[in-house]
Amino acid sequence: MAEATQELLTTADGRPLKEALATAQSRAKRRAFLLVLPLLLFIVLTFLVPIGYTLKRSFEHDGFAASAPALASWFRANPDFDPANPPEEAYAALVEDLARMQVEKTTGLAGARINYSVPGTISLFKKGSREAKTLPPPFKDSLIALDPDWAKPALWRGMASASHVYTTEFYYVASDMKLNDDGWERGEDKERIYLYLFFKTFIVSGIITVLCLLLAFPVSHLLATLPMAKSSILMIFVLLPFWTSLLVRTTSWIALLQEQGVVNDLLVGIGLISEDGRMTMMYNMTGTIVAMTHVLLPFMILPLYSVMKVIPPSYARAARSLGATSWTTFRRVYLPQTLPGIAAGSLLVFILAVGYYITPALVGGADGALISNMIAANMKNSNWSLAAAVAAMLLAAILVLYWLYDRLIGIDRLKLG
Amino acid sequence: MALPTYASPLERAWYYTYLVICGLVFLFLIAPILIVIPLSFNPDSDFSLGREFLDPRTYSLRWYDTLLTLGHSATEGAVRDSTWWSEVWHRATWVQAAKNSFWVGLWATVLATILGTIAALGLSRPEMPYRRLIMALLISPMIVPIIIIAVGMSFFFAKACIAPDSAIGAIFGVFLSDKGCLANSYLGVIVAHAVLGIPFVIITVTATLTGFDQSLIRAAHSLGANPRTTFFKVIMPLILPGVISGALFAFVTSFDEVVAVLFIAGPAQQTIPRQMFNGIREAISPAILSVATILVVISVLLLIAVELLRRRSDRLRGVTGR
Repeated sequence: MAEATQELLTTADGRPLKEALATAQSRAKRRAFLLVLPLLLFIVLTFLVPIGYTLKRSFEHDGFAASAPALASWFRANPDFDPANPPEEAYAALVEDLARMQVEKTTGLAGARINYSVPGTISLFKKGSREAKTLPPPFKDSLIALDPDWAKPALWRGMASASHVYTTEFYYVASDMKLNDDGWERGEDKERIYLYLFFKTFIVSGIITVLCLLLAFPVSHLLATLPMAKSSILMIFVLLPFWTSLLVRTTSWIALLQEQGVVNDLLVGIGLISEDGRMTMMYNMTGTIVAMTHVLLPFMILPLYSVMKVIPPSYARAARSLGATSWTTFRRVYLPQTLPGIAAGSLLVFILAVGYYITPALVGGADGALISNMIAANMKNSNWSLAAAVAAMLLAAILVLYWLYDRLIGIDRLKLG
Repeated sequence: MALPTYASPLERAWYYTYLVICGLVFLFLIAPILIVIPLSFNPDSDFSLGREFLDPRTYSLRWYDTLLTLGHSATEGAVRDSTWWSEVWHRATWVQAAKNSFWVGLWATVLATILGTIAALGLSRPEMPYRRLIMALLISPMIVPIIIIAVGMSFFFAKACIAPDSAIGAIFGVFLSDKGCLANSYLGVIVAHAVLGIPFVIITVTATLTGFDQSLIRAAHSLGANPRTTFFKVIMPLILPGVISGALFAFVTSFDEVVAVLFIAGPAQQTIPRQMFNGIREAISPAILSVATILVVISVLLLIAVELLRRRSDRLRGVTGR
């Protein structure tokens, strides 16, 4: 055993070695971090902050709170009022605010805010604020006489909630909930557009992933087993689509799939379908699926190929020599070894498909639209907070998938070309 | 996979079926890209091959001509003298879009490549703290749906403003919009495209750096080189192929990007993809097919460049085969 009084190891200038090493290591750490720092700051400022803004926006809307100050302060003073029977003073504050909205021209803004949770409010507000100046007290009776909808508990719940600038309401709306007289409830089946679209997006992405896998598997296998010289040439077929502009590929699919397009021309030309029987393959789900499968196929082939490339062919030969049939060899020996590639490719294709925008926007039409297109449509209609809430929900789904990808495959294994 | 000599007739039949399937998949991959080429030479505006497409005499450059004359003030059949060409250069819609795309792509690439390469050098050092987390963050612009990034930027860039009459505003004002904001400005589009290109630079450069012998740096230091000399004489030549292919990826990403442009750019920042997107949405003109053909040719050239670079990189690092 070493002596307990063993002298401390030191560097040439007499510092304890352990300490000197720790200093050197932390300096190296700092240096490495300093190299990454500029990019990190750039990404935080131009990527994380905008996403943070989106999240903030999804909780924020001052359309009603800013234009109805009297009613907002009444709601603050009476948080426990009965929405089924609000008192006269609440109606008085409401009429005061409606008159102000008419002057300040904020009726549309305020109405639109309530309209998210209680549809039909914009027209109610417009009518109310036009008449507000001439309404005689008691305001409760005269306003309800103007339109009985002013007594609806759902409306009062909606206004109470909208009197706060910050709200979780947009997440309710984006989950197809409706504000009824008794509070938030699930909307009717035919009105469930957002969850339906999320569901549809995931199903379609799943279909595209499976199609990509089925098409990529034989091709990757061929590329991995051919001699280098031949596979290099065939690899161009995979890499060229990868390098070609997405808009070019989408344009080609329009030229191919439309009713007067190449595919229909060919089918009519060889007599498979008649001139009147031209198929509609575009501006519907078929268009989205076909074009997106084409666009995402290289993302499946490349990871599969790189896994298959390193599977030793001797395993399959050994299985055959031990008496396995070719099918058993494939199922029990080859396929399990390709699983890492299948997982990597499928997850990547699925993640990219869930967030796809351009292809469904151009060839999907109304039927082939995905959740991204809904976000864009809401942005276009100035429903910013709702768009932000849907975007935040999509982001949450993507982050779960991304985390899964990192766990299973590791992001540093991501390769291009 | 060659067929073994002991294969049964059934296996033989399956093998040929397999080859046919592979052939069809390759056709599926490549045909949609090549089909735009003959279509772009079809003088009819019906977007189809027509019966005559096998007859080269019917081919016409009509839609390529449209690229020059759209937005041009001269009447049809005007003399193509130097003033005509000068107007093409300064006024023609597609030429303007091409110029915008080129400059935005160039600056976005420069920004992404410089920041990305330096960061990749840090990330591939074994001492790097929180490596996995930071890597995940830097790659995420590739994973997060572009629509979410575009929405976030459109919110943020509208708020990211400098008063044009302030001291800083006077310097940076030219890069910003009239109101001094990132929204509707060239700088906004460049920054957005740089963000989207960074993951590609990080991935390609860190891939080149795996297997990079860190002791080469120490060797350079011990031979008296300062960090700057070490970087330019030792590190740079070895990682250059990765840097260039990362830069090409970043450029292509920017050159092909439309969603961020749609959300954050103003009418002045008209790029080729935006022009194509609007063209497809509103009225499909066969002129789009001639742009597509030109872009296909460019992507073939880029593919060749990247492939050559990859081989060079493998050779430099002593890796053989793929």
